[in-house]
Amino acid sequence: MEHFNLALVDWSRAQFALTAIYHWFFVPLTLGLSFIVAYMHTLYYKTGDEKWKNMTKFWMKLFGINFAIGVATGIILEFEFGTNWSNYSWIVGDIFGAPLAIEGILAFFLESTFIAVMFFGWDRVSKKFHMLSSWLVAFGSNLSALWILIANGWMQNPVGTRFNPVTVRNEMVNFFDVALSPTAVFKFLHTVSQAYIIGALFVVAVSAWYLLHKRHRAFAKKSILIASVFGLLASVFVAMTGDSSAYDVAHKQPMKLAAMEGLYDGETNASLYAFGFLNSQKDNTNFKGIRLPSMLSIMAFRDASAFVPGVNDLVNGNEEYDILPAETRIEKGRLAIGALAGYKKAREAGDEQLAEQNLKMFEDNYAHFGYGYFKDKQEIVPPVMLPFYSFHIMVGLGLFFILMFAWLLYASIQDKLDKYKWVLHLSVWSILLGYIASELGWIVAEVGRQPWTIQDLLPVGISTSHLSVGSVQTTFFMFLVLFTVLLIAELKIMLTQIKKGPEEGGSHV
Amino acid sequence: MSYAALQGYWWIIVSILASVLVFLMFVQGGQTLLKQIAKTDKERSLLINSIGRKWDLTFTTLVTFGGAFFASFPLFYSTSFGGAYWVWVLILFSFIIQAVSYEYRTKANNFLGTKTYDVFLLINGVLATILIGIAVGTFFTGSEFSVVKMNITNASDPVISRWQTATHGLEAAFNITNLALGLAIFFLARVLAMLYFINNIDNEKIVKRSAKQLKLCSIAFLVFFLLFVGLLLTKEGFAVNPDTKEVFMEPYKYVHNLLEMPVVFILFLIGVVGVLFGIFLGAFKISGKGIWYAGIGTIITVFSLLMLAGFNHTAFYPSTFDLQSSLTIHNASSSKYTLTAMSWVSLLVPFVIAYIWYTWKSMSKRKVSEEDIENDTMAY
Ligand code: HDD
Ligand code: HEM
Ligand code: HEM
Repeated sequence: MEHFNLALVDWSRAQFALTAIYHWFFVPLTLGLSFIVAYMHTLYYKTGDEKWKNMTKFWMKLFGINFAIGVATGIILEFEFGTNWSNYSWIVGDIFGAPLAIEGILAFFLESTFIAVMFFGWDRVSKKFHMLSSWLVAFGSNLSALWILIANGWMQNPVGTRFNPVTVRNEMVNFFDVALSPTAVFKFLHTVSQAYIIGALFVVAVSAWYLLHKRHRAFAKKSILIASVFGLLASVFVAMTGDSSAYDVAHKQPMKLAAMEGLYDGETNASLYAFGFLNSQKDNTNFKGIRLPSMLSIMAFRDASAFVPGVNDLVNGNEEYDILPAETRIEKGRLAIGALAGYKKAREAGDEQLAEQNLKMFEDNYAHFGYGYFKDKQEIVPPVMLPFYSFHIMVGLGLFFILMFAWLLYASIQDKLDKYKWVLHLSVWSILLGYIASELGWIVAEVGRQPWTIQDLLPVGISTSHLSVGSVQTTFFMFLVLFTVLLIAELKIMLTQIKKGPEEGGSHV
Repeated sequence: MSYAALQGYWWIIVSILASVLVFLMFVQGGQTLLKQIAKTDKERSLLINSIGRKWDLTFTTLVTFGGAFFASFPLFYSTSFGGAYWVWVLILFSFIIQAVSYEYRTKANNFLGTKTYDVFLLINGVLATILIGIAVGTFFTGSEFSVVKMNITNASDPVISRWQTATHGLEAAFNITNLALGLAIFFLARVLAMLYFINNIDNEKIVKRSAKQLKLCSIAFLVFFLLFVGLLLTKEGFAVNPDTKEVFMEPYKYVHNLLEMPVVFILFLIGVVGVLFGIFLGAFKISGKGIWYAGIGTIITVFSLLMLAGFNHTAFYPSTFDLQSSLTIHNASSSKYTLTAMSWVSLLVPFVIAYIWYTWKSMSKRKVSEEDIENDTMAY
């Protein structure tokens, strides 16, 4: 790309990725655990049994520790669009700003108002209002996920939008297209349901650890029972919504799909890697593994004989399947960019006719606008390895969680949990696997869409602020150190509280 | 509504959020008072638990203010945040360390120790108030930047907003008007915090000390506030020619704005009187009502100042480097469609305010006391 400063773009990306990855250490647990807390709180409300009260308080306390750092890491993400993606903020702010504002107005206030009631309302408000507050917190945090994922979904599939050459930016033309875009809906469903997996895994891990240490056994068994029902439902749903997401990606972001599957030359009856690895260091295009015949075609197009385009088809074009070569799109993109400049000049000069001509040229080629910033056709290819491995590990773990929760549920009902020590050990460690799957999911989604910030409209190179590389490097390391220190603090506090356990979990320090 | 009316409407909404934020920064003010007002750990914990129930509200108001500003005036978001990078990053940094501090400060095995978290709170209290004041000051004093949207057609250098100083925003701290506003907000936050303590805490010693400190802080606040107002009213302002949209310097612009918008003038006077009356109630009558007068007075005063900055053909984010790059509520806003869609959403705001009000009321029916904290397993 001809863009002005590659190092600046890369450091800005690194900073965004760093802060997003940190934020994502905490968000899924907030989303998942909030419902578990609300559910237990309801049981306490209904039965008045102190046992449920202790359980609620215990999980609530862990929730609070996680929530604080989730909020701390969230604020920087929101403002980063302005601080580090300043061009982006103007070019798409007209669409992208709205969900962020709505998230604040509708979701964050709900969350932050009722979280104070949830924590400090034990003897200040009525029992019913207090219990309701727990639900409102859960509802609020999931509502915030909805709006932010609408924003992200729009970046992957920019619908409901038109470029306005007068204001030089993209403008929203249909709010409902943006808010109800299938990409956003699948993203939301997949993401919140995977968060419920994390919530369930967390409860399972803590409880399994108690069982291994022969503590709080009744509490732990009850918790595992509740969590494994919750987790089993969530993990089946995750697999279903993940499949829908892949279907959506195949239609809206074929290059991402090709990268996820390491597919270089498109095929009909394309097969899916059940397991695969890069065969040679030198040649990125050579993958080996066990393949499930026709499965990729089915996943992508619901048709075993469908053609799935590969990286090379998308770069070099494929006439048979109506795929334009990248070179053509680059040329058309340049025409669009040039016509936009010509349009503005003509209007300033008062030459309406020339302005009209340019406008027409611009509109005819606008679908390729973003491509006009590339110099070389290879620039449209994302890194392949990262999405490939991430995708397969995520899916593998997703299937594993289904089996794990099913077994835990079975063993809970049969009251056999204590018999299988190794399963309990595995359960403790599986929370880590949950986080890994979750972060990998984002790597698939975000690295796989490179080099686009907004698919086909805006490449990353055109999105940044006008800053020195040194400034961004400095803030990158500032955030790295700060977030790492805070993460360590969080983990220490969390583990200490867990070690104390539910009965004492109530005490102040 | 017409496009211009929508732009005005959104300037009002963003201004309300900003004004409420300044009021809610009593939380930050309180964080700078932990040493002065509390003499023992127990007392400190009382203060922290009193403002600690509100920190998330202040934080969320800041976030929502950011989101609403982004949605309604994206060119501001793009130009100011990306340009005055260091000011905003420092503000955010201070909020990051604040967000964990309440929750973590007294938890066992908290890695950094209670002292460190209290220092985090102090840093946030000082930096956030002063820097936000300074950043708002530039609405009247201007910054050095240029905005050329058509640059995106230049593939080798597609930068829209370009900041001209290498200090990226820190230079604003060396302007006396900005600094006066920053310090005024800092002391105002402390004043509001003490009024809040008087209202919210059931402990005679703390109330007494608050009332005493309040007098000193109010004087400092008044000095800086009057300095800021004096400088503002005597300076040239950034006026916009309504026909040509050309930006030009107009002597006594902000005085003209006050006179040409009498409602704003009256609001400004009411606001200031409210703050003074609230301070009087707190400092001399030791009354818990002070926070309400001063708080609402703060909201009205800040609101009227922001009206001066954005309305009556004024550039709200002026550029001293290239006057014509200055942002106005008309050239920096979102499209008519987006503003309309967002206006529908804004109809829910009264509902949000209602539930915040309701929970605030029901949570503070009883004051916070030492027994409260000892018995509360969730206390900070
Ligand atoms: C515990 C976490 C977890 C688990 C077990 C799975 N996922 Fe996932 N996945 C996510 C967590 C996640 C995520 C973090 O929520 C992502 C990132 C962005 C998004 O929308 O969801 C995601 C994205 C994501 C995408 C990319 C969507 C896009 O680029 O917009 C696809 C195609 C899948 N997933 C498919 C699956 C399938 C078929 C699974 C089979 C079981 C699966 N995921 C399990
Ligand atoms: C770049 C994208 C994101 C931005 C700008 C962002 C912004 C924020 C902000 C500002 C907060 C603090 C809110 C407060 O004041 O209470 C926050 C917290 C939160 N965010 Fe994000 N966020 C992003 C990604 C996500 C995603 C992808 C999700 C969910 C799917 C999410 C869910 C949450 C939740 C549930 C919280 C509550 C606090 C917690 O996590 O513990 N965020 N976020
Ligand atoms: C919270 C979980 C998330 C994670 C772990 C994540 C991860 C990443 C990563 C790894 C990159 C860098 C990609 C690369 O350089 O190749 C990136 C970039 C980016 N992501 Fe995400 N992301 C998350 C959520 C979001 C959300 C919710 C949004 C928008 C609402 C978003 C918007 C962006 C933007 C604007 C960039 C920079 C531009 C770009 O590289 O395309 N991210 N993210």
